[in-house]
Amino acid sequence: MSAEEFLKGLWKENPVFVAVLGMCPALAVTNSAINALAMGLATTFVLVSSSLLVSLFRNIIPKQVRITAYIVIIATFVTVVDFLLAAYTPVVHKELGAFIALIVVNCLILGRQEAFASKNRAGLALADALGMSFGFTFALLCIGVIREVLGNGSLFGIGVFGEGYEPWVIMILPPGGFFALGFLLLAFNGVTERRKNKAKLKDLN
Amino acid sequence: MSETNQIPAVSPVKEPSSFRLISALAIAGLFSGILLATTYSLTLPRIQANKEAALKNAIFAVLPGSADYIILKRSGDTLEEVRLGAGDNQNEEEIVYAGYNTMKELTGFAIPGEEPGFQDIIGVIVGYDPVLRSIIGFEVLESKETPGLGDKIFKDMDFQQNFTMLKVEPEILVVKKGQKTRDNEVEAITGATISSKAVVVLLNKSMGAWVSVIDNYMKKNDIKLAGHGAKK
Repeated sequence: MSAEEFLKGLWKENPVFVAVLGMCPALAVTNSAINALAMGLATTFVLVSSSLLVSLFRNIIPKQVRITAYIVIIATFVTVVDFLLAAYTPVVHKELGAFIALIVVNCLILGRQEAFASKNRAGLALADALGMSFGFTFALLCIGVIREVLGNGSLFGIGVFGEGYEPWVIMILPPGGFFALGFLLLAFNGVTERRKNKAKLKDLN
Repeated sequence: MSETNQIPAVSPVKEPSSFRLISALAIAGLFSGILLATTYSLTLPRIQANKEAALKNAIFAVLPGSADYIILKRSGDTLEEVRLGAGDNQNEEEIVYAGYNTMKELTGFAIPGEEPGFQDIIGVIVGYDPVLRSIIGFEVLESKETPGLGDKIFKDMDFQQNFTMLKVEPEILVVKKGQKTRDNEVEAITGATISSKAVVVLLNKSMGAWVSVIDNYMKKNDIKLAGHGAKK
């Protein structure tokens, strides 16, 4: 049961590739693999902590003020992440800039509180949050890797193509985010479609 | 409009009292506050140390040979030494840094400045030698200039080379690459004219604002520069 809640976030209900949530960080901070990973992990911390807390207090928080309470919880964890990144990884913190604070308004996080954590026990909420976060991090990393490899000829800052490669600078500029995301969505939907057709054929036979 | 006159039906579910709603949020806010205050006080020393280290590195980079620095604040037409904790609000328009070498000799002045570039504010720190009346170092602290073009203001060694000995009087001028003939000219980056010009505008602005103030300060306190004579 929990495994199912965990796995759905990775593929079947992937927050970026299927639900198309959290587009702001997915496009804005994925110009390098390390930034994408850092944003993914920061979001993971916030989503997991918030889901756990919301689930534990789901019977105490009155439903009339639940959204406000969720936002207070989410914003608290976002600020904690902000301080921690500034203290321990100042370079990453500088790169991500305002987008750390903007995790508060990532609809993926509030969405999971409202749709899942507030209705399920802590164990399930934890599995759901972990799955969704890893799905989100995976998606961001995909976009980040594509953009950095094509746009800068490197991966995690290490050159992969050698000296002769002329980087496609546009890939690390804002339009590159849209290109990478567009092609990834195309590929993702292609695979899903193919699987569906195969399943249908099986049913017919 | 008869509906408006009807009293709405009382919902069958009992509404929680306002007191309960308010206290639930108050408790959430209280825990949030405690958590934030704790994290803040635990991380503050490290965050300040990071900021200070970044500033120190920048100052030492633009003033070669420096081992220490003091903060100087504009007061009238001269400068005054101030002690600022890292937490204090440092109004950058009013502050310069004076670098000193291990012999306690002045190595020059590091002047921070900002100017809108092609994308966003470019923040730099410039090393100034008041005896040579030249810029002797240049570091970009903040920039969102276009990767591959505008970001050459801090990645292109040829452009950086402009600032190893650049006369600040008469006014610094931008010329095309390879056409530098005088000591007060900066060779622009091909394909990033706006970013190059922004840097030069910024330099002229901060030199205009600081050169005379620094001269007054040097004269008033009879300070000599390292490599140019006596000690402080």
